[in-house]
Amino acid sequence: MRLVRALLPFAVGLPALWAIQAAAPPQLAIILVTAGVNVILAVSLNMVNGFTGQFSLGHAGFMAVGAYTAAKITLAMGEAPANWSPWLWNNGAFTLALLGGMLTAALAGLAVGIPSLRLRGDYLAIVTLGFNEIIRVFIENMRWLGGATGISGLPPYTSVVWVGLGALATVVVARRIVGSTHGRALLSVREDEVAAEAMGVDTVACKVHAFVLSAAFAGLGGGLLVHYILLVTPKSFTFVKSIEVVVMVVLGGMGSISGATLAALVLTFALELMRGLDQYRMVMYSLLLVVLMLSRPTGIFGTKEIWELLGPKRKKAAA
Amino acid sequence: MSDVVLLAKNVTMRFGGLTALNDFNLELKPRELVGLIGPNGAGKTTAFNALSGVYAPTEGTVSVGGEVVNGRRPNEISRLGLARTFQNIRLFKKLSVLDNVRLACHAKGKSELWQALLLTAEHERREAEMEKRAFELLDFMELSGRADEEAASLPYGMQRRLEIVRALATGPKVLCLDEPAAGMNATETAALMKLIHAIREKFGVAVLLIEHDMRLVMGISERLVVLDHGVTIAQGKPEAVRKDPKVIEAYLGVEEGHAPLDPEKA
Repeated sequence: MRLVRALLPFAVGLPALWAIQAAAPPQLAIILVTAGVNVILAVSLNMVNGFTGQFSLGHAGFMAVGAYTAAKITLAMGEAPANWSPWLWNNGAFTLALLGGMLTAALAGLAVGIPSLRLRGDYLAIVTLGFNEIIRVFIENMRWLGGATGISGLPPYTSVVWVGLGALATVVVARRIVGSTHGRALLSVREDEVAAEAMGVDTVACKVHAFVLSAAFAGLGGGLLVHYILLVTPKSFTFVKSIEVVVMVVLGGMGSISGATLAALVLTFALELMRGLDQYRMVMYSLLLVVLMLSRPTGIFGTKEIWELLGPKRKKAAA
Repeated sequence: MSDVVLLAKNVTMRFGGLTALNDFNLELKPRELVGLIGPNGAGKTTAFNALSGVYAPTEGTVSVGGEVVNGRRPNEISRLGLARTFQNIRLFKKLSVLDNVRLACHAKGKSELWQALLLTAEHERREAEMEKRAFELLDFMELSGRADEEAASLPYGMQRRLEIVRALATGPKVLCLDEPAAGMNATETAALMKLIHAIREKFGVAVLLIEHDMRLVMGISERLVVLDHGVTIAQGKPEAVRKDPKVIEAYLGVEEGHAPLDPEKA
């Protein structure tokens, strides 16, 4: 019974995702997949930049680690042997690949996090940015990782359902953490590190945990993305991608899960809708960001969630 | 159980060439109420920081509940039973009043992360327990009516009380209060004095109280430690300390032969 409740979001989400996948035309499916991956990235980065109040600029680096690991695993697994159901084999291989990607990304997060989380603010941003570039340059110079051209011919495993489940999992994990003592500990680090320590919060462990978890989900996003575009190259994981994710988190409101989700969706769709503007597209995109930040300087929802903002208003309307 | 809940032995704090605290000694027995007083810049807060682990003492030892805590992090010291408040209120401003307190309850009875993710029965029981305990404490301090408000939105006096609640929520043996009455008017201060007494009775904690307000400290403490320029200049019963010429000089800087310190004016 309890397990049913724990898995309820997925039980509800899965049929809905099936329906969306069946109904969506291919052009829309592409946008949905991009949007879903962006939700995963934004919500996971929000765990570090939003909840814990640290500033990481290296999310794309963890994405790359997850993406390359997942690609290597699916390529190594290859096609289903004759006596296997292809559906079972493919999804099994993909599950394994994504989990492998999350694991290596998490390990990368641990390796970067333990030494660098002693730094704060701008310094941490520089270190994570540096890590992002190191990963990219490392891959470019590794022949077994395809070098600068990357690895093509990945199996087309990613679907709207897969991305949807990944996004759902990220949101559910973020939500349950922030609603528990663990999440409150992260928030306390953001609010006042000295006071948090005096209240018995192990702030170093908190920061490392958030960082590792965030990196793992970045790895998931990377794995999902490259099995849709069927190509993994270092160019997809430059620090521009990291900044894109930071923009989503800032725009959504640091520390707001629903804000990060909404910002990821809005920005992805806005970019697609503005495709007709050709060379003015990025100008309009930047303009949109400027206008949004000027009108809502703390992000769409600030540190609040959408339901918290709607709640009091409803009360007022009733009174 | 050790007979001394907090022990500082020859604790010295130096910052470069400045000795902020020199050879500081303190012994706190269970349920004792001790005042730490001294003029501005005397080293009271430095002493607190050295005890609570914000600074590692340059020399000397600090032990909490019989365990030496030199160089341990504040969160470990908090788990050993030392809780503190801050002179300049340091609440988790954007969190709700309830969350401020719930967070501090977490050291005792926190569930594992996977349990939080799978919403296991144990996780929910522990969360419920924490909430119950938080509300008990808030009730005691008459703050439960504002449990859902943002901590920063509370009036000043309530913020001070919330800091005390938060410190109590960690389940301490020693409660260190850093100028809890700062910025309060006379009525609020009087209420606070009563409250500190009540806290000690109800929770059985030893209290170490830093205070400027001599009246508050004299009225409430069983023992006083007076610091000036980092040096302990007097120790003992309030009546004795208030007559100590060194204390009078440190506080009022008066010439010899002047009348003893009038606590009403301090």
